[in-house]
Amino acid sequence: MEFSDIIEVLFLRNYNTRLVVICTMLLGSACGLMGGFLLLRKRSLMGDTLSHATLPGVCIAFMVGVLLGGTGKSLPFLLLGATVTGVLGCAAVLFIRNQSRIKDDAAMGIVLSVFFGAGVALLTMVTKMPDGAAAGLESFIYGKTASMVLSDFWLLTVVTICVLVLSIFLFKEFRLLCFDETYALAQGWPVKFLDVLLFGLVTAVTVAGLQAVGLILIIAFLITPAAAARFWTDRLDQMLLLSAVIGGISGWIGASVSALIPNMPAGALIVLVAAGCFVFSMFVGVERGVLVRVVRQLNLKRSVGRQHLLRALYEILEADGLGDGGIQIRAVPFRQVRGRRTWSDRQLKRYLRLAYNEGLVETLNRFDEIVLTEAGVEAAAQVTRNHRLWELYLIEYADIAASRVDRDADAVEHVLGEKMVALLESKLQTLRPAESLAVPVSPHPIQPGD
Amino acid sequence: MNTVSKEIIHTNSETVSTKSWPLVVRDLTVAYHRKPVVWDVELSIPEGKLVSIVGPNGAGKSTLLKAALDLIPRSSGEVLIYGEPYSKARKRVGYVPQRESVDWDFPVSALDVVAMGTYGQLGWFRRVNKRSKALAMQALDRVGLADYAHRQISQLSGGQQQRTFLARALVQDADIYFMDEPFAAVDAATERAIVDLLKELQQRGKTCLVVHHDLATVPEYFDWTVLLNMRVVASGPTEEVFNQENLHKTYGGKLTLLSQAAEELMRKR
Repeated sequence: MEFSDIIEVLFLRNYNTRLVVICTMLLGSACGLMGGFLLLRKRSLMGDTLSHATLPGVCIAFMVGVLLGGTGKSLPFLLLGATVTGVLGCAAVLFIRNQSRIKDDAAMGIVLSVFFGAGVALLTMVTKMPDGAAAGLESFIYGKTASMVLSDFWLLTVVTICVLVLSIFLFKEFRLLCFDETYALAQGWPVKFLDVLLFGLVTAVTVAGLQAVGLILIIAFLITPAAAARFWTDRLDQMLLLSAVIGGISGWIGASVSALIPNMPAGALIVLVAAGCFVFSMFVGVERGVLVRVVRQLNLKRSVGRQHLLRALYEILEADGLGDGGIQIRAVPFRQVRGRRTWSDRQLKRYLRLAYNEGLVETLNRFDEIVLTEAGVEAAAQVTRNHRLWELYLIEYADIAASRVDRDADAVEHVLGEKMVALLESKLQTLRPAESLAVPVSPHPIQPGD
Repeated sequence: MNTVSKEIIHTNSETVSTKSWPLVVRDLTVAYHRKPVVWDVELSIPEGKLVSIVGPNGAGKSTLLKAALDLIPRSSGEVLIYGEPYSKARKRVGYVPQRESVDWDFPVSALDVVAMGTYGQLGWFRRVNKRSKALAMQALDRVGLADYAHRQISQLSGGQQQRTFLARALVQDADIYFMDEPFAAVDAATERAIVDLLKELQQRGKTCLVVHHDLATVPEYFDWTVLLNMRVVASGPTEEVFNQENLHKTYGGKLTLLSQAAEELMRKR
């Protein structure tokens, strides 16, 4: 394989690959868009049931076509058959769920496998038909992009446009349906109609994608881009847009690579690319990715550690007695600081190193003794003051505080408002009025070694 | 035929009376799987009352609300809101569903959720516009959540989520509000905010029906009470119907609850 081959395929220089790649990109965007709604409507498995239930329809349509005297290989006719049994499968799920006490997932499991089983049996039957014309029907199972022709392009274009236009015009309706169906019903929206419409679009996308990705993998093409997009944003419109883009890119790369490697099914590659996007998003996604969470957790831990360290130092010095400008700086032994909290030597050293890097403390004799710098005194006083204000606030207003507490706020005033802070400060002063104004005394002093 | 006979009934002095009643329920029965959940309910709620609907678990409190809002099919009976069936009176009704009924992980902000209250006015195809957003913002402000408008809803506390739902109903500027357990598992700040809001709504002549489970606060918060256990045990001004005898009829053998309530009553008197 030459580099120029790769360029040729990726940039669609060749007519056949151009057609296939554009088709899969269209399909990918449509899938991504509908997949977003399907995911949020919590109907992913329903989509899977639908796609598996298309197989018997394809076979039956073929048989009927042959019986009527044709070759049976008219694509619109096959897709019509696929739609009919696909919808029947979903209807069967709803029927089982509504008429018995069997739950959704079990009903879908039953219907999915029964329809697929019937499809496989029918497929075996038709391939044994004398003229052997049925060869190629199995490409509906795994997909075969190479067989796409211009009419597929038009079909996919129409489907994509329908999906796009309806998603834009009915964005608010679909959002309401997916978020709160009961409320939508109470407001008089025709929930059933909207649901049918939404699911009709999913059906259209699924059936249109049967050839390219195959009925087993199409569900992954629907759901994976949407699930990946969810890690990047908390807004529905952005999520849908991103999902469509991820779907389109997966289609493009998957189909291109499959065009480069002989006999490599595009469906599998497309799904693998989409899965790659998903894994990447899951770890790196800025809104709810794993890494972001880990980093947030670490930052929180550090920030809490820093506050604990500074407050411990402040309170040790405070116990010495206060001078004119507040606490008197002296070197504090490592052990004394350690004794203030349940932290290990290693933890404390790590926090000390961080504080050192911030210029808040100096350490003597390899951590033996710790001295607050001038900046450190200021920071420690601030942290201690905020902590005590919060404590008092929680003691005084415990029942209404829960939603407001933000211990990380550098300025309590931003959260509580200046009036509230002034009130709290005056309350703290009355506890022991003679003390310094800068840092109120603790409402519940704990002696070192307590 | 049917409509004609109904109109005849209504012209017989009843039209006048039901129109001034925010909610009239006649002979309502609802059954799930052939088992009745709400049975022969007759109910008339006068205007401007804060109404609590209390009863043990499974007494059909939520079912009654849902049946009144046409959310579940009725086996028999009719519900009139200001003298009209719900389908015609929809604009005058605000609904606050139970908090657990939705997925709070959904990618929308508090403002988006509250703006859903304006969808009915907007109608088909029209996008959420500035006016809707301004209305939603006002409603969020009324429940004390203006600062949280742009937070994704999973980042709100349970109480804040409940208040978001309330704001969504407020946006509609309805005349009668149906609230399904708004006080369930909320913090004290939210409880106070909801109570203040209820009183404010009452002052403006609105009627609120609230499914409630905390018997201790019934006399304090509500001036009208419906005791329900499949049938209506009693319905009337709280000071008249909220007594030991009716509670016993409603809660039957569930003594712990009953004695709790009785204690509370003794303490209050």
